[in-house]
Amino acid sequence: MSGITIEPGLLPGDQTSTQRENYLNWSTNVKDWLLTGDHKRIAVMYVISISFFFSLGAIAAAGIRIALLNYHDQFFQNETYNKLFSMHGIIMIFFFLVPSIPATLGNFLIPLMIGARDLAFPRLNLLSWYLYIAGGTLTLMAIIFGGIDTGWTFYTPYSSIYSNTNVVLAITGVFIAGFSSILTGINFIVTIHKMRAPGLTWFRLPLFVWAMYATSLIMVLGTPVVAITLLLVLVERTLNLGIFNPANGGDPILFQHMFWFYSHPAVYIMILPGFGVISELIACFTRRRIFGYSFVAFSSIAIATLGFFVWGHHMFVTGQSMYSSMVFSIISFLVAVPSAIKVFNWTATIYKGRVWFTAPMLYAMGFIGLFTIGGLTGLFLAALAVDIHLNQTYFVVAHFHYVMVGGATLAYLGGIHFWWPKMTGRMYPEFWAKLAAGLTFIGFNLTFFPQFIVGYLGMPRRYHYYAPEYQTWQVLSTAGSSVLGLGYLIPGIYLIWSLKYGAIAGPNPWGAKGLEWTVPSPPPSHNFDEIPIVTEDAYMYHDEDQVLADKDRAAMGITTQGEEHDV
Amino acid sequence: MNIPFFPEQASTFAKDVDNIYFLLCALTFFFTALVLGLITFFAIRYRRGNNKVDRSNAPEEHLPLELTWSIIPLVLGLGVFVWSAKPFTYVYRPPADALEIFVIGKRWMWHIQHTNGIRENNELHIPVDKPIKLTMISQDVIHGFFVPAFRVKRDVLPGRYNTVWFQPTKIGRYHLYCTEYCGTNHSEMGGWVTVMAATDYQKWITTGGAPGPTSTMQETLVSQGASLYQTYACANCHQNQNGVHGPSLYGLYGKERKLTNGQTVLADDSYLRESIVQPESKIVAGYQNLMPAYPVGAEAGQLTEEQVLAMVAYIKTLGTSPAPAPAPTSSGQQAHPYDGVPHTPPINGLSGTGPNGAKPADRTGTQAVPAVKPGPAPANAGLMPADGSVPQMPTFKAIPDIKSVTKPTLPAPSGSKPPAAPDVKQTSSTVTPGTAP
Repeated sequence: MSGITIEPGLLPGDQTSTQRENYLNWSTNVKDWLLTGDHKRIAVMYVISISFFFSLGAIAAAGIRIALLNYHDQFFQNETYNKLFSMHGIIMIFFFLVPSIPATLGNFLIPLMIGARDLAFPRLNLLSWYLYIAGGTLTLMAIIFGGIDTGWTFYTPYSSIYSNTNVVLAITGVFIAGFSSILTGINFIVTIHKMRAPGLTWFRLPLFVWAMYATSLIMVLGTPVVAITLLLVLVERTLNLGIFNPANGGDPILFQHMFWFYSHPAVYIMILPGFGVISELIACFTRRRIFGYSFVAFSSIAIATLGFFVWGHHMFVTGQSMYSSMVFSIISFLVAVPSAIKVFNWTATIYKGRVWFTAPMLYAMGFIGLFTIGGLTGLFLAALAVDIHLNQTYFVVAHFHYVMVGGATLAYLGGIHFWWPKMTGRMYPEFWAKLAAGLTFIGFNLTFFPQFIVGYLGMPRRYHYYAPEYQTWQVLSTAGSSVLGLGYLIPGIYLIWSLKYGAIAGPNPWGAKGLEWTVPSPPPSHNFDEIPIVTEDAYMYHDEDQVLADKDRAAMGITTQGEEHDV
Repeated sequence: MNIPFFPEQASTFAKDVDNIYFLLCALTFFFTALVLGLITFFAIRYRRGNNKVDRSNAPEEHLPLELTWSIIPLVLGLGVFVWSAKPFTYVYRPPADALEIFVIGKRWMWHIQHTNGIRENNELHIPVDKPIKLTMISQDVIHGFFVPAFRVKRDVLPGRYNTVWFQPTKIGRYHLYCTEYCGTNHSEMGGWVTVMAATDYQKWITTGGAPGPTSTMQETLVSQGASLYQTYACANCHQNQNGVHGPSLYGLYGKERKLTNGQTVLADDSYLRESIVQPESKIVAGYQNLMPAYPVGAEAGQLTEEQVLAMVAYIKTLGTSPAPAPAPTSSGQQAHPYDGVPHTPPINGLSGTGPNGAKPADRTGTQAVPAVKPGPAPANAGLMPADGSVPQMPTFKAIPDIKSVTKPTLPAPSGSKPPAAPDVKQTSSTVTPGTAP
């Protein structure tokens, strides 16, 4: 990315990272964490809080899978089961997936990748985190005080009139967390426009930055709509105004239009950052510039744009106009094309590359395969006649888990592993990471592939009791989920372990291109001693980068088992 | 153990859906195999330890390739779209001779009403090889009606009818599921659809649905509707031609109506329902907002969805009117009600072309005036009459000219029988045409 190359074995200042002052250790004062403006510290705080909420969502998922072992489960009551899947959806979507890559990796990396010292609005960034925590706390309270059973989709009039669970508390939590999203989006857009280092033109940006930019557009334009929609549900619930309740002159389908107007673009908020991460991983671990850079960059913008026009494909069976359904269906097919372009471009990048099978690369390759399946199964749901049968069945559940877990979560894990040395100054243990990646991949497929089958058979989603003939598939799915759970647990353990016992990382253990790899690991608070001047395109890999990386790793004392070394 | 892989195909629609599904499976399998295969192949071939491959001139872009792998998926996607749009339109166009069945979803059961009076809960009995049209409404939250074997699904909404149709092709018993999350017992809100051979179905109907715990035989939907029509005295205002009170209901169903706000609406089931439950929402052009609302609800005096369905079913059977009665001699249809304009007798929908097969029990002839209890005349007709009688009085906004509100008597049209109205109490003197009360 720039002309700077770090000599192997020579760390800036020639001190070990435990001695060198960096963004983590310059102050151990709690106040300097809770009142920080440093995008890197905020990213770390997000990592911790997001991991917490992910664990809660995963526990709820475990409850669901245990319940579904038996077609007439006696372990949970109906009401408890309904609360479990609602909790799982609300936490995983609003408190894990939507913020995940943007708030952690986006916050940490965007300023570093563009050669800036921080985001445009550091205090707004901190406010984003506090809003996230506030929203999360309220939702947690809703769960502790008895739960919520409306599902994450809050359909009316069930949520506004009939449910007698903690709807107001949970919706308020989600409402507040939405502002966290909006502020992060504004921050990113302004930063990317205004704070790029000299020489860093748009088409020299890493593709991760393009992806984050597209994501931020959606965050800023879409989130306010769901905020107001949820507010209206609260108004109807507390003041009994007839907005969505037909008995009071309202229209329940109005809710669905407004809700999905955000919630469909929201799924692109969840996947676009993952696309950005994968571009970075593939480029680094094939030592190649991403094939078709401008196509990949523009496809992110195309997905963000088209994604706003397809919300009605969640409503094909509501009785909405046949003609509007057709419009939504055709645009849904169109929005699949830019995703296909990315997948083919990544595949072509591997051609004539120099492939290094690290754990992040395994996550990236897993992503490409699983996202392809997930994206293509979306076409089943875009196809009008087929969606009549598949809507609200387990097929939908399988589809969105393929893209959100097999896609977005795998990308998140791959990115965390890739940038872990940069963020913490430590390497994770490679063997365990590869094992976890493999377990995640296998466990994931075992969990969710049977759900395609049972979905086409007609088993509806959100069902506690189900017809006995579906039980075999559900048992298989639960068995797979235990492997998947292990695949998540293992990194949780070794990543924390590595903070104290992991090999100390130099600035560029991967020999990667990108401005973030030119600063020490962990970076100093001010990021760059001198703002770099950028003179070349992204991903200008040359063969000697690999040699440098190997020497770097040797200097770090990292023994890489079973890896072949170049001459 | 029999592990199912694939649902039965039991409707005319199922095969179309399955064929598109199989094509999509093939495309998914092909592209996944292609991508996974290529990335695995490339990753292994071009692994960093392998120096025997040629890595020179590694391309960074290739416009023809980009266009190829953009346009081919685009064309395939559009092709699948077109192929699946056609059966979709088919689902929206029920044949005119479809057997109509009514469905009410409520937490947490399905209530099915056949027009012949059979009611069933969580069971639907239908004949094979006949088109079936379901008109559905929910009594509370959104539900979803789903029969996987038919590949048919439609949401069941509160406050509005949704219709869906299908034609079963295979005799058997198939799962029926609620498919839109509706609360605690959502997963228990299901049942069975039983498709029967024509002879068995006939037997089932004539024996009143082989009554068991879930099916009962009552009077036909239309006959219930006719009784309710009489009870609520709809004919007072909605006689066989456009009267001064309210527009005629004759031949209304399926026609278009122009509203006061200029909009034109189709008089379908939902319109009929809305006109009963919330008449103020749509006022026909040339009329005023006079009709009281008959809301649906659980309180005393409010209608149930079953009753609304029955009335709608009855109104749908009202044919075209007979020879029109003599036109009023005064200023025409904008005239204020009860100002002395002569009215033609309310025929109560029992003309010679009246409802097919409906034989309301207490009708004597074609000119019966409805047996109504005249309630008190409250200032606000929206209030419930204190004696519990049926609210029938339209709202009267400021009426400076009328000194007392009286129920009009109905002059006999020339040449016809005088009305036989044994139960009606006349509280005022007969109004002769042309004079004010």
